[in-house]
Amino acid sequence: MSVQGPQQVLELAKVSRAFGEGATAVAALRDVDLTISAGEFVAVMGPSGSGKSSLLALAGGLDRPTSGAVFVESTPLAGLGLNELARLRRRAVGYVFQDFNLVPTLTAAENVALPLELDGTGAKKAHRQALDALRQVGIPELADRYMDQMSGGQQQRVAIARAIVGERRLILADEPTGALDSTTGQGVMEVLRLRADAGAAVMLVTHEARHAAWADRVVFLRDGRIVDQAAAMHDPTMLLAQAGL
Amino acid sequence: MSIRHSLLALLQDQPRYGYQLRVEFENRTGATWPLNIGQVYTTLDRLERDGLVSNEGGDGEGHVVYSITAAGKAEVQGWFAAPVERVNPPRNELAIKLALAVTLPGVDVQAIIQAQRVASIRALQDYTKARRDTAANQRSADTAWLLVLDSLIFQTEAEVRWLDLCEARMVQQAQSAGQGATRKPSTGVTVEEAAPLIADSRR
Repeated sequence: MSVQGPQQVLELAKVSRAFGEGATAVAALRDVDLTISAGEFVAVMGPSGSGKSSLLALAGGLDRPTSGAVFVESTPLAGLGLNELARLRRRAVGYVFQDFNLVPTLTAAENVALPLELDGTGAKKAHRQALDALRQVGIPELADRYMDQMSGGQQQRVAIARAIVGERRLILADEPTGALDSTTGQGVMEVLRLRADAGAAVMLVTHEARHAAWADRVVFLRDGRIVDQAAAMHDPTMLLAQAGL
Repeated sequence: MSIRHSLLALLQDQPRYGYQLRVEFENRTGATWPLNIGQVYTTLDRLERDGLVSNEGGDGEGHVVYSITAAGKAEVQGWFAAPVERVNPPRNELAIKLALAVTLPGVDVQAIIQAQRVASIRALQDYTKARRDTAANQRSADTAWLLVLDSLIFQTEAEVRWLDLCEARMVQQAQSAGQGATRKPSTGVTVEEAAPLIADSRR
Protein backbone atom coordinates (compact mmCIF):
# COMPACT_ATOMS: atom_id res chain seq x y z
CA MET A 1 0.00 0.00 0.00
CA SER A 2 1.37 3.39 -0.92
CA VAL A 3 1.88 5.73 1.97
CA GLN A 4 3.23 8.72 0.09
CA GLY A 5 2.01 12.11 -0.97
CA PRO A 6 -0.60 14.46 0.41
CA GLN A 7 -2.79 11.57 1.53
CA GLN A 8 -0.53 11.07 4.51
CA VAL A 9 -2.44 12.25 7.58
CA LEU A 10 -0.09 11.14 10.35
CA GLU A 11 3.62 10.56 10.22
CA LEU A 12 5.93 9.62 13.06
CA ALA A 13 9.59 9.69 12.02
CA LYS A 14 12.17 8.04 14.25
CA VAL A 15 10.18 8.98 17.31
CA SER A 16 11.58 8.17 20.75
CA ARG A 17 10.18 9.07 24.13
CA ALA A 18 12.05 8.61 27.37
CA PHE A 19 10.83 9.37 30.87
CA GLY A 20 13.36 10.37 33.50
CA GLU A 21 17.06 10.92 32.95
CA GLY A 22 20.37 9.16 33.27
CA ALA A 23 20.52 5.68 34.76
CA THR A 24 16.86 5.68 35.80
CA ALA A 25 15.53 6.74 32.39
CA VAL A 26 12.82 4.54 30.93
CA ALA A 27 12.36 4.39 27.19
CA ALA A 28 8.66 4.28 26.38
CA LEU A 29 9.22 4.45 22.62
CA ARG A 30 12.35 3.85 20.59
CA ASP A 31 12.84 4.95 16.98
CA VAL A 32 9.28 4.39 15.91
CA ASP A 33 8.40 5.04 12.27
CA LEU A 34 4.73 4.96 11.49
CA THR A 35 2.59 6.52 8.78
CA ILE A 36 -1.18 6.50 8.49
CA SER A 37 -2.84 7.62 5.27
CA ALA A 38 -6.27 9.03 4.66
CA GLY A 39 -8.80 6.20 4.61
CA GLU A 40 -6.52 3.89 6.54
CA PHE A 41 -7.46 2.19 9.81
CA VAL A 42 -4.44 1.09 11.83
CA ALA A 43 -4.62 -0.87 15.08
CA VAL A 44 -1.76 -0.87 17.58
CA MET A 45 -1.44 -3.95 19.76
CA GLY A 46 0.99 -4.88 22.48
CA PRO A 47 1.14 -5.68 26.18
CA SER A 48 0.67 -2.87 28.72
CA GLY A 49 3.87 -0.95 29.04
CA SER A 50 4.83 -1.62 25.43
CA GLY A 51 4.33 2.04 24.51
CA LYS A 52 0.84 1.98 22.98
CA SER A 53 -0.54 4.90 24.94
CA SER A 54 2.66 6.93 24.56
CA LEU A 55 2.37 6.47 20.82
CA LEU A 56 -1.19 7.75 20.84
CA ALA A 57 -0.33 10.75 23.02
CA LEU A 58 2.53 11.73 20.70
CA ALA A 59 0.39 11.27 17.59
CA GLY A 60 -2.19 13.67 18.95
CA GLY A 61 0.27 16.26 20.18
CA LEU A 62 -0.66 15.64 23.83
CA ASP A 63 2.98 14.85 24.50
CA ARG A 64 6.23 15.71 22.75
CA PRO A 65 8.90 13.19 21.66
CA THR A 66 12.37 13.16 23.21
CA SER A 67 13.69 12.84 19.67
CA GLY A 68 12.22 12.40 16.22
CA ALA A 69 9.35 14.24 14.57
CA VAL A 70 5.57 14.01 14.40
CA PHE A 71 3.62 15.39 11.44
CA VAL A 72 -0.14 15.82 11.32
CA GLU A 73 -1.37 16.62 7.80
CA SER A 74 2.24 17.49 6.94
CA THR A 75 2.52 20.04 9.77
CA PRO A 76 5.49 19.32 12.06
CA LEU A 77 4.10 19.49 15.60
CA ALA A 78 7.51 20.48 17.00
CA GLY A 79 7.27 23.82 15.19
CA LEU A 80 3.99 24.79 16.84
CA GLY A 81 3.55 26.89 19.94
CA LEU A 82 1.13 25.76 22.65
CA ASN A 83 -1.79 27.76 21.26
CA GLU A 84 -1.20 26.63 17.70
CA LEU A 85 -0.90 23.05 18.87
CA ALA A 86 -4.17 23.27 20.78
CA ARG A 87 -5.82 24.73 17.70
CA LEU A 88 -4.53 21.96 15.45
CA ARG A 89 -5.69 19.38 17.95
CA ARG A 90 -9.17 20.83 18.01
CA ARG A 91 -9.40 21.10 14.22
CA ALA A 92 -7.62 18.04 12.88
CA VAL A 93 -7.51 15.46 15.64
CA GLY A 94 -10.36 13.62 17.35
CA TYR A 95 -9.90 11.48 20.44
CA VAL A 96 -11.97 8.63 21.76
CA PHE A 97 -11.11 7.54 25.27
CA GLN A 98 -12.04 4.43 27.19
CA ASP A 99 -14.00 6.40 29.78
CA PHE A 100 -15.69 8.69 27.22
CA ASN A 101 -14.75 11.98 28.99
CA LEU A 102 -18.14 13.52 28.31
CA VAL A 103 -19.57 16.46 30.25
CA PRO A 104 -22.57 15.18 32.25
CA THR A 105 -24.33 18.54 32.45
CA LEU A 106 -24.42 18.96 28.68
CA THR A 107 -26.68 17.18 26.18
CA ALA A 108 -25.26 14.85 23.54
CA ALA A 109 -25.39 17.59 20.89
CA GLU A 110 -23.79 20.13 23.25
CA ASN A 111 -20.98 17.73 24.08
CA VAL A 112 -20.30 17.14 20.41
CA ALA A 113 -20.49 20.86 19.57
CA LEU A 114 -18.12 21.81 22.39
CA PRO A 115 -14.77 21.52 20.56
CA LEU A 116 -16.17 23.53 17.65
CA GLU A 117 -17.42 26.28 19.93
CA LEU A 118 -14.10 26.36 21.78
CA ASP A 119 -12.56 26.88 18.37
CA GLY A 120 -14.74 29.91 17.68
CA THR A 121 -17.49 28.37 15.56
CA GLY A 122 -20.87 30.08 16.10
CA ALA A 123 -23.35 28.18 18.28
CA LYS A 124 -25.85 27.59 15.47
CA LYS A 125 -23.33 26.26 13.01
CA ALA A 126 -21.69 24.13 15.72
CA HIS A 127 -25.07 22.64 16.62
CA ARG A 128 -25.77 21.81 12.99
CA GLN A 129 -22.42 20.08 12.62
CA ALA A 130 -22.96 18.25 15.89
CA LEU A 131 -26.28 16.87 14.64
CA ASP A 132 -24.56 15.75 11.47
CA ALA A 133 -21.88 13.93 13.47
CA LEU A 134 -24.53 12.26 15.65
CA ARG A 135 -26.28 11.13 12.48
CA GLN A 136 -23.03 9.60 11.23
CA VAL A 137 -22.68 7.52 14.38
CA GLY A 138 -26.31 6.44 14.16
CA ILE A 139 -27.92 8.26 17.10
CA PRO A 140 -29.45 11.51 15.73
CA GLU A 141 -32.56 10.94 17.87
CA LEU A 142 -30.54 11.17 21.10
CA ALA A 143 -29.23 14.69 20.48
CA ASP A 144 -31.09 16.25 23.42
CA ARG A 145 -30.38 13.55 26.00
CA TYR A 146 -28.09 14.03 28.97
CA MET A 147 -25.38 11.48 29.67
CA ASP A 148 -27.19 9.79 32.57
CA GLN A 149 -30.08 9.11 30.20
CA MET A 150 -27.91 7.06 27.85
CA SER A 151 -26.38 3.59 27.86
CA GLY A 152 -22.62 3.07 27.81
CA GLY A 153 -22.70 2.21 24.13
CA GLN A 154 -24.71 5.33 23.33
CA GLN A 155 -22.31 7.50 25.34
CA GLN A 156 -19.38 6.03 23.44
CA ARG A 157 -21.13 6.93 20.18
CA VAL A 158 -21.47 10.50 21.46
CA ALA A 159 -17.74 10.44 22.25
CA ILE A 160 -16.99 9.26 18.71
CA ALA A 161 -19.29 11.91 17.26
CA ARG A 162 -17.31 14.50 19.25
CA ALA A 163 -14.10 13.03 17.81
CA ILE A 164 -15.25 13.26 14.20
CA VAL A 165 -17.25 16.50 14.28
CA GLY A 166 -16.06 19.17 11.87
CA GLU A 167 -14.62 16.59 9.49
CA ARG A 168 -11.53 15.93 11.54
CA ARG A 169 -9.29 13.66 9.56
CA LEU A 170 -7.27 11.96 12.27
CA ILE A 171 -9.16 9.83 14.79
CA LEU A 172 -7.20 8.47 17.76
CA ALA A 173 -8.94 5.87 19.89
CA ASP A 174 -7.53 4.46 23.14
CA GLU A 175 -9.25 1.18 24.10
CA PRO A 176 -12.60 2.76 23.17
CA THR A 177 -14.54 -0.42 23.88
CA GLY A 178 -13.04 -1.12 27.27
CA ALA A 179 -16.17 -0.50 29.29
CA LEU A 180 -18.63 -1.93 26.78
CA ASP A 181 -20.13 -5.37 26.24
CA SER A 182 -18.91 -7.17 23.15
CA THR A 183 -21.88 -6.47 20.87
CA THR A 184 -21.73 -2.76 21.64
CA GLY A 185 -17.97 -2.92 21.19
CA GLN A 186 -18.46 -4.29 17.69
CA GLY A 187 -20.79 -1.37 16.97
CA VAL A 188 -18.04 1.07 17.95
CA MET A 189 -15.61 -0.72 15.63
CA GLU A 190 -18.16 -0.44 12.82
CA VAL A 191 -18.39 3.32 13.31
CA LEU A 192 -14.59 3.70 13.29
CA ARG A 193 -14.40 1.51 10.17
CA LEU A 194 -17.01 3.66 8.40
CA ARG A 195 -15.06 6.81 9.29
CA ALA A 196 -11.92 5.34 7.76
CA ASP A 197 -13.86 4.25 4.68
CA ALA A 198 -15.10 7.84 4.43
CA GLY A 199 -11.50 9.09 4.30
CA ALA A 200 -10.33 9.62 7.88
CA ALA A 201 -7.08 8.19 9.20
CA VAL A 202 -7.86 6.08 12.26
CA MET A 203 -5.43 4.83 14.89
CA LEU A 204 -6.82 2.42 17.46
CA VAL A 205 -4.94 1.21 20.51
CA THR A 206 -6.33 -2.09 21.75
CA HIS A 207 -5.42 -5.41 23.32
CA GLU A 208 -8.45 -7.16 21.83
CA ALA A 209 -7.62 -9.15 18.70
CA ARG A 210 -11.24 -9.13 17.53
CA HIS A 211 -11.24 -5.34 17.50
CA ALA A 212 -7.82 -5.00 15.93
CA ALA A 213 -9.10 -7.26 13.16
CA TRP A 214 -11.29 -4.42 11.87
CA ALA A 215 -8.14 -2.51 10.89
CA ASP A 216 -6.37 -2.53 7.54
CA ARG A 217 -3.06 -2.89 9.30
CA VAL A 218 -2.13 -4.14 12.76
CA VAL A 219 1.09 -2.86 14.31
CA PHE A 220 2.69 -4.83 17.15
CA LEU A 221 4.63 -2.94 19.81
CA ARG A 222 7.09 -4.53 22.21
CA ASP A 223 9.32 -2.58 24.56
CA GLY A 224 8.62 0.64 22.69
CA ARG A 225 9.51 -0.74 19.28
CA ILE A 226 7.42 -1.85 16.35
CA VAL A 227 8.26 -5.52 16.03
CA ASP A 228 5.79 -6.58 13.37
CA GLN A 229 2.92 -5.54 11.18
CA ALA A 230 0.05 -7.53 9.80
CA ALA A 231 -1.96 -6.40 6.82
CA ALA A 232 -5.16 -8.12 5.77
CA MET A 233 -4.68 -10.29 2.74
CA HIS A 234 -8.27 -10.24 1.47
CA ASP A 235 -7.46 -13.29 -0.55
CA PRO A 236 -10.15 -15.97 -0.57
CA THR A 237 -7.67 -18.78 -1.21
CA MET A 238 -5.69 -17.81 1.85
CA LEU A 239 -8.92 -17.60 3.82
CA LEU A 240 -9.63 -21.22 3.00
CA ALA A 241 -6.05 -22.24 3.68
CA GLN A 242 -6.28 -20.58 7.09
CA ALA A 243 -9.45 -22.49 7.80
CA GLY A 244 -7.32 -25.61 7.69
CA LEU A 245 -7.85 -26.89 4.16
CA MET B 1 -16.65 -33.49 9.79
CA SER B 2 -19.49 -35.86 9.08
CA ILE B 3 -20.08 -35.80 5.32
CA ARG B 4 -22.42 -38.72 5.78
CA HIS B 5 -24.74 -36.85 8.10
CA SER B 6 -24.51 -33.62 6.13
CA LEU B 7 -25.61 -35.36 2.94
CA LEU B 8 -28.42 -37.13 4.76
CA ALA B 9 -29.62 -33.84 6.22
CA LEU B 10 -29.70 -32.27 2.76
CA LEU B 11 -31.64 -35.25 1.38
CA GLN B 12 -34.21 -34.85 4.12
CA ASP B 13 -35.02 -31.52 2.49
CA GLN B 14 -35.70 -33.11 -0.93
CA PRO B 15 -34.34 -35.86 -3.23
CA ARG B 16 -31.15 -34.78 -4.95
CA TYR B 17 -28.33 -36.12 -7.10
CA GLY B 18 -24.64 -36.12 -6.21
CA TYR B 19 -23.56 -32.87 -7.82
CA GLN B 20 -26.56 -31.01 -6.36
CA LEU B 21 -25.66 -32.26 -2.90
CA ARG B 22 -22.14 -30.94 -3.26
CA VAL B 23 -23.34 -27.51 -4.42
CA GLU B 24 -25.94 -27.27 -1.64
CA PHE B 25 -23.40 -28.24 1.01
CA GLU B 26 -20.91 -25.62 -0.16
CA ASN B 27 -23.58 -22.93 -0.46
CA ARG B 28 -24.59 -23.43 3.12
CA THR B 29 -21.08 -23.46 4.54
CA GLY B 30 -19.57 -20.74 2.36
CA ALA B 31 -17.29 -23.22 0.60
CA THR B 32 -15.22 -23.32 3.76
CA TRP B 33 -14.93 -27.10 3.52
CA PRO B 34 -14.98 -27.95 -0.20
CA LEU B 35 -16.30 -31.43 -0.96
CA ASN B 36 -14.62 -33.74 -3.38
CA ILE B 37 -17.30 -35.07 -5.77
CA GLY B 38 -15.77 -38.54 -5.58
CA GLN B 39 -16.25 -38.42 -1.81
CA VAL B 40 -19.92 -37.55 -2.34
CA TYR B 41 -20.52 -40.56 -4.59
CA THR B 42 -18.66 -42.97 -2.31
CA THR B 43 -20.65 -41.73 0.67
CA LEU B 44 -23.95 -42.09 -1.23
CA ASP B 45 -23.03 -45.69 -2.12
CA ARG B 46 -22.43 -46.49 1.53
CA LEU B 47 -25.61 -44.75 2.66
CA GLU B 48 -27.53 -46.85 0.14
CA ARG B 49 -25.79 -50.02 1.32
CA ASP B 50 -26.78 -49.16 4.91
CA GLY B 51 -30.40 -48.54 3.89
CA LEU B 52 -30.36 -44.86 4.82
CA VAL B 53 -31.02 -43.58 1.28
CA SER B 54 -32.63 -45.17 -1.72
CA ASN B 55 -31.64 -44.88 -5.34
CA GLU B 56 -34.55 -43.38 -7.29
CA GLY B 57 -32.95 -44.03 -10.66
CA GLY B 58 -32.05 -41.49 -13.32
CA ASP B 59 -33.73 -38.12 -13.77
CA GLY B 60 -33.60 -38.49 -17.55
CA GLU B 61 -30.53 -36.28 -17.82
CA GLY B 62 -28.02 -38.84 -16.67
CA HIS B 63 -28.17 -37.96 -12.92
CA VAL B 64 -28.86 -40.62 -10.33
CA VAL B 65 -31.32 -39.20 -7.81
CA TYR B 66 -31.29 -40.30 -4.16
CA SER B 67 -33.96 -39.87 -1.50
CA ILE B 68 -33.85 -40.44 2.22
CA THR B 69 -35.43 -43.51 3.85
CA ALA B 70 -37.22 -43.68 7.22
CA ALA B 71 -34.04 -45.11 8.76
CA GLY B 72 -32.09 -42.22 7.21
CA LYS B 73 -34.48 -39.69 8.78
CA ALA B 74 -34.00 -41.29 12.17
CA GLU B 75 -30.24 -41.09 11.68
CA VAL B 76 -30.41 -37.35 10.89
CA GLN B 77 -32.63 -36.73 13.89
CA GLY B 78 -30.12 -38.53 16.10
CA TRP B 79 -27.26 -36.50 14.64
CA PHE B 80 -28.95 -33.15 15.32
CA ALA B 81 -29.98 -34.23 18.81
CA ALA B 82 -26.55 -35.44 19.95
CA PRO B 83 -23.74 -33.05 20.88
CA VAL B 84 -20.71 -33.21 18.62
CA GLU B 85 -18.41 -35.96 19.81
CA ARG B 86 -15.05 -34.87 21.16
CA VAL B 87 -12.48 -37.42 20.13
CA ASN B 88 -10.02 -36.68 22.95
CA PRO B 89 -8.92 -33.11 22.30
CA PRO B 90 -8.64 -32.68 18.51
CA ARG B 91 -5.03 -32.60 17.36
CA ASN B 92 -3.81 -29.03 17.48
CA GLU B 93 -0.56 -28.53 15.61
CA LEU B 94 0.11 -25.16 17.20
CA ALA B 95 -0.25 -26.48 20.75
CA ILE B 96 1.98 -29.43 19.91
CA LYS B 97 4.56 -27.16 18.31
CA LEU B 98 4.73 -24.85 21.33
CA ALA B 99 4.75 -27.72 23.80
CA LEU B 100 7.80 -29.13 22.04
CA ALA B 101 9.42 -25.72 21.60
CA VAL B 102 9.34 -24.88 25.32
CA THR B 103 11.01 -28.15 26.22
CA LEU B 104 13.84 -27.99 23.66
CA PRO B 105 16.98 -25.93 24.19
CA GLY B 106 17.86 -23.22 21.72
CA VAL B 107 14.35 -22.65 20.39
CA ASP B 108 13.16 -19.03 20.34
CA VAL B 109 9.64 -19.59 21.64
CA GLN B 110 8.73 -15.91 21.63
CA ALA B 111 9.63 -15.68 17.96
CA ILE B 112 7.37 -18.65 17.26
CA ILE B 113 4.56 -17.03 19.23
CA GLN B 114 4.95 -13.71 17.45
CA ALA B 115 5.07 -15.27 13.98
CA GLN B 116 1.90 -17.19 14.76
CA ARG B 117 0.27 -14.10 16.22
CA VAL B 118 0.83 -12.16 12.99
CA ALA B 119 -0.58 -15.02 10.93
CA SER B 120 -3.58 -15.45 13.23
CA ILE B 121 -4.38 -11.73 13.29
CA ARG B 122 -4.15 -11.67 9.51
CA ALA B 123 -6.65 -14.50 9.27
CA LEU B 124 -8.85 -12.71 11.80
CA GLN B 125 -8.71 -9.54 9.67
CA ASP B 126 -9.82 -11.50 6.63
CA TYR B 127 -12.64 -13.29 8.43
CA THR B 128 -13.80 -9.98 9.92
CA LYS B 129 -13.82 -8.34 6.51
CA ALA B 130 -15.62 -11.29 4.94
CA ARG B 131 -18.19 -11.12 7.73
CA ARG B 132 -18.69 -7.39 7.27
CA ASP B 133 -19.10 -7.75 3.49
CA THR B 134 -21.47 -10.71 3.83
CA ALA B 135 -23.57 -9.00 6.51
CA ALA B 136 -23.79 -5.88 4.32
CA ASN B 137 -25.41 -7.92 1.54
CA GLN B 138 -28.29 -8.78 3.87
CA ARG B 139 -29.23 -11.87 1.90
CA SER B 140 -31.06 -14.46 3.94
CA ALA B 141 -29.12 -17.17 2.06
CA ASP B 142 -25.97 -15.89 3.78
CA THR B 143 -27.14 -16.69 7.30
CA ALA B 144 -25.46 -20.10 7.28
CA TRP B 145 -22.20 -18.65 5.99
CA LEU B 146 -22.29 -15.93 8.67
CA LEU B 147 -22.57 -18.61 11.34
CA VAL B 148 -19.55 -20.40 9.94
CA LEU B 149 -17.60 -17.13 9.76
CA ASP B 150 -18.50 -16.32 13.37
CA SER B 151 -17.19 -19.71 14.37
CA LEU B 152 -13.90 -19.09 12.55
CA ILE B 153 -13.62 -15.63 14.13
CA PHE B 154 -14.13 -16.99 17.64
CA GLN B 155 -11.66 -19.82 17.10
CA THR B 156 -9.00 -17.48 15.78
CA GLU B 157 -9.57 -14.97 18.55
CA ALA B 158 -9.20 -17.76 21.09
CA GLU B 159 -5.93 -18.72 19.45
CA VAL B 160 -4.57 -15.18 19.78
CA ARG B 161 -5.63 -14.97 23.43
CA TRP B 162 -3.99 -18.29 24.10
CA LEU B 163 -0.77 -17.01 22.47
CA ASP B 164 -0.87 -13.95 24.76
CA LEU B 165 -1.24 -16.26 27.72
CA CYS B 166 1.65 -18.48 26.60
CA GLU B 167 3.85 -15.44 26.23
CA ALA B 168 2.90 -14.04 29.62
CA ARG B 169 3.61 -17.42 31.22
CA MET B 170 7.03 -17.62 29.60
CA VAL B 171 7.89 -14.16 30.87
CA GLN B 172 6.75 -15.07 34.36
CA GLN B 173 8.83 -18.21 34.26
CA ALA B 174 11.89 -16.36 33.00
CA GLN B 175 11.48 -13.80 35.76
CA SER B 176 11.17 -16.28 38.57
CA ALA B 177 14.11 -18.25 37.14
CA GLY B 178 16.31 -15.18 36.93
CA GLN B 179 15.35 -13.61 40.24
CA GLY B 180 17.70 -10.79 41.12
CA ALA B 181 18.79 -10.40 37.54
CA THR B 182 18.06 -6.91 36.21
CA ARG B 183 17.43 -8.06 32.66
CA LYS B 184 14.13 -6.78 31.40
CA PRO B 185 11.98 -9.36 29.63
CA SER B 186 11.94 -8.77 25.91
CA THR B 187 8.15 -8.60 25.75
CA GLY B 188 7.82 -5.84 28.28
CA VAL B 189 5.11 -7.83 30.05
CA THR B 190 5.52 -7.45 33.77
CA VAL B 191 4.60 -10.05 36.33
CA GLU B 192 1.74 -7.89 37.54
CA GLU B 193 0.34 -7.87 34.01
CA ALA B 194 0.95 -11.53 33.44
CA ALA B 195 -0.87 -12.52 36.61
CA PRO B 196 -4.34 -11.28 35.63
CA LEU B 197 -3.80 -12.74 32.17
CA ILE B 198 -3.24 -16.13 33.69
CA ALA B 199 -6.12 -15.79 36.10
CA ASP B 200 -8.02 -14.80 32.96
CA SER B 201 -9.93 -11.98 34.52
CA ARG B 202 -10.49 -10.47 31.10
CA ARG B 203 -13.79 -10.89 29.39
